[in-house]
Amino acid sequence: MTKKLTPLIEWGTLLLTTGLVCFFLLAILWDLISKGSSSLSWAFISTSPTDGMTKGGILPAIIGTVLLTLITALIAAPFGICCAIYLNEYAADSWLTRIIRASIRNLAGVPSIIYGLFGLALFVQGLQMGTSLFAAGLTLGLLSMPYIIITTEEALRRVPNSMREAALAVGATQFESIRDVVLPSAVPGMLTGLVLTLSRAAGETAPILFTGVAFYINKPAGYLNQEFMALPYHLYMLSTQHQATEQVRPLAYGTALVLIIVVFFLNLSAFYIRYQHSKHE
Amino acid sequence: MSKTHIKLSATAAKLWFGNKQVLKSVNVAFPQNKITALIGPSGCGKSTLLRCFNRMHDLSADVMIEGDFLLEDQTLYNGKLSATEVRRRIGMVFQQANPFPKSIYDNINYGLQINNIPKDQRPGIIENALKESYIWDEVKDDLQKPATRLSGGQQQRLCIARAVALRPEVILMDEPCSALDPISTAKIEELILRLKKDYTIVIVTHNMQQAQRIADQTIFMYLGEIIESGNTKQIFKKPVNELTKNYVKGHFG
Amino acid sequence: MKLALREKTDQTAKLLFRMTGLMVIAILADIFFMLLWNTVAFFLKVKPWDFISGTQWNPSGNPANYGILPLLVSTSLVTLGAMCIAIPLGIGTASFLSDYAGRKLKSVLKPTIEMLASIPSVAIGFLGIVVLGPGIARITGQSNGLNALNGAALLAIMSLPTIITVAQDALEGVPNAYKEASYSVGANRWQTLLQVTIPAASPGILAAVMLGVGRAMGETMTVLMATGNASAFPKGFFHSVRTMTATIAIEMGEVPYQTTHYYALFAIAAVLFLMTLLVNIVGEHFVNKYRKYQAA
Repeated sequence: MTKKLTPLIEWGTLLLTTGLVCFFLLAILWDLISKGSSSLSWAFISTSPTDGMTKGGILPAIIGTVLLTLITALIAAPFGICCAIYLNEYAADSWLTRIIRASIRNLAGVPSIIYGLFGLALFVQGLQMGTSLFAAGLTLGLLSMPYIIITTEEALRRVPNSMREAALAVGATQFESIRDVVLPSAVPGMLTGLVLTLSRAAGETAPILFTGVAFYINKPAGYLNQEFMALPYHLYMLSTQHQATEQVRPLAYGTALVLIIVVFFLNLSAFYIRYQHSKHE
Repeated sequence: MSKTHIKLSATAAKLWFGNKQVLKSVNVAFPQNKITALIGPSGCGKSTLLRCFNRMHDLSADVMIEGDFLLEDQTLYNGKLSATEVRRRIGMVFQQANPFPKSIYDNINYGLQINNIPKDQRPGIIENALKESYIWDEVKDDLQKPATRLSGGQQQRLCIARAVALRPEVILMDEPCSALDPISTAKIEELILRLKKDYTIVIVTHNMQQAQRIADQTIFMYLGEIIESGNTKQIFKKPVNELTKNYVKGHFG
Repeated sequence: MKLALREKTDQTAKLLFRMTGLMVIAILADIFFMLLWNTVAFFLKVKPWDFISGTQWNPSGNPANYGILPLLVSTSLVTLGAMCIAIPLGIGTASFLSDYAGRKLKSVLKPTIEMLASIPSVAIGFLGIVVLGPGIARITGQSNGLNALNGAALLAIMSLPTIITVAQDALEGVPNAYKEASYSVGANRWQTLLQVTIPAASPGILAAVMLGVGRAMGETMTVLMATGNASAFPKGFFHSVRTMTATIAIEMGEVPYQTTHYYALFAIAAVLFLMTLLVNIVGEHFVNKYRKYQAA
């Protein structure tokens, strides 16, 4: 009897742990969807907050998050990709390269709130940008850069060396071989990494706390030198800082759901790119 | 000019991968419009030597090269010629066919484009290169097909066409048939023989029969040194050196 | 001459790429010096020893107190709690994925874990307030459930994906020969897992735990929202705590530029930076050790 039962218990233990992990995701999604979907409406995503933010929609926060994510991409992608190209295509295994790699791994481990402080000290105060969309975008760009470097390098590494040699052998310079042959082959992998990184950046709150995000702005967002609203901060504000947190709970749920939808949409596009690419190979 | 005009040569060529010396003072000369075969057991340095001539080692950081490499009378390293120029004048066909993940047409067009061949001349050059490489009849109806969908033998002939289109002076071939079936191999050997009239060809091969079928001159390498070189018949029929004798008779390697 | 231009472009591009590489070092160095500079400014006004050993954090008091200990203990408490939950769950799930789950099940579970990883911390913190908090309050009879336990549970969820992914890689990296050897002497799958696979993968699993710790320690929004943020010295899991990250987040928005209080927050950040750096270096050490072992 025990002989038959023990493997079942053992298997059950592991299944239970895995089940719990899945349960966490499902519980989170279930709670947000079941309580948030009633707040979702066209008006909710297409109007500004009204009545001291106890009513109305979250349009400025959506626009702010989209713009912030775009700026992040524009800052982090070029530098991150160039650095990954340097590491994978040019750098020899020297002490300098090892220091660069160690720096990247450590940058990836620096807590996001410290990026916030850095953005405050450097961009907002040091470079006199003030709390603004651009300062926050730069801060998030710095935070995202190590991830973009790591994922891009991974994508570049998967391009076979024979492709580089083929280009060189017809008289291409190294730069031309990278531009015309290596990068085009690596695009799907790079894009997957970029989109996943951006989905993380879109949900970040700590780095933008002191660099530009605002409770409420009544002008349409979109000026680089002005403060802005963002979905994650809006959710934080509605659930902890608002004078009537219980009353605005439905709005908070709606905001959380929209935020999750934005992030999952980015994630699914990344999966889709990866899937399309793996099908071709 | 005499019959044995030397197109490409190396004198006292030495090469290290890190601390390991792979070429130990090699002297070779490749005559114009001849096919020279480099033979020898795996790891003897024949591919390594071949890749010195179009500076393919440049990208590897821990490679050190010494010696004089000459194309005609121009030095390949540290001279007037840049690596890009050297590679354009000395083409290469690799062991594994490596077409770009582009169309058949673009595979050849790419080299023409970066080397600033005028646009209106390109279609003619491409057609000509494909004809020269005996693949035109098989692909002429669908030049926009991705090159990766061709068979292995077709891919390798496309790679030869890609090299030929640039009108290089020398074509280096690194075991071009090792991944191919006998029929494709025969086609490529026939192609190589026809290319001889326009190009100087150096081919690395593992296949003794292949060397005997196509090469005018054969060089036998062993452990990073040249053991014996001479005309192909002599190397295979009357080798002087004991090592060569053993190798060509298939006793080792 | 066209060729000369192409080669010039090539050289310029190479230089540009190398500069971005050097820039990465510069960014890390900048962050480090920014923290160091402000910390030194703080230590000119407050004695380092008072900062490190002070048991009270009360910058607005008279006299102001800048003791980091309560914050340090809060962060440690929450992180410890998170690991107590996340390590067994993480290793269990990783083992299930690597040794038990079939291909199909894996292809469902992998994206599930990636989705869990992608949920923004602020959303998890929100659920701490609206779901977990009231739940804990009901069980303990407190007025609200915003305490260390709440934060720990949420941080556990947030660090689970990291731990699972890295630990699974480690477990799958154990050579099959080891497992086969174990089966061949009559061990079953469970015994093999506990006595062969997990010990063999232990450096990788340790690395996974370290990376999880780093993630939990540096997390801001979740603990800011879920732990109540009482600045008193932490008394236990069922009491409200205020971590280092939360303190920076709460106070930085309100302090005037270049005051002692302002510098104090940078000093906290410097301590946090060093702690995560240390954890990451230890984690990396184990990953390298593990790679060496794999290569052997």
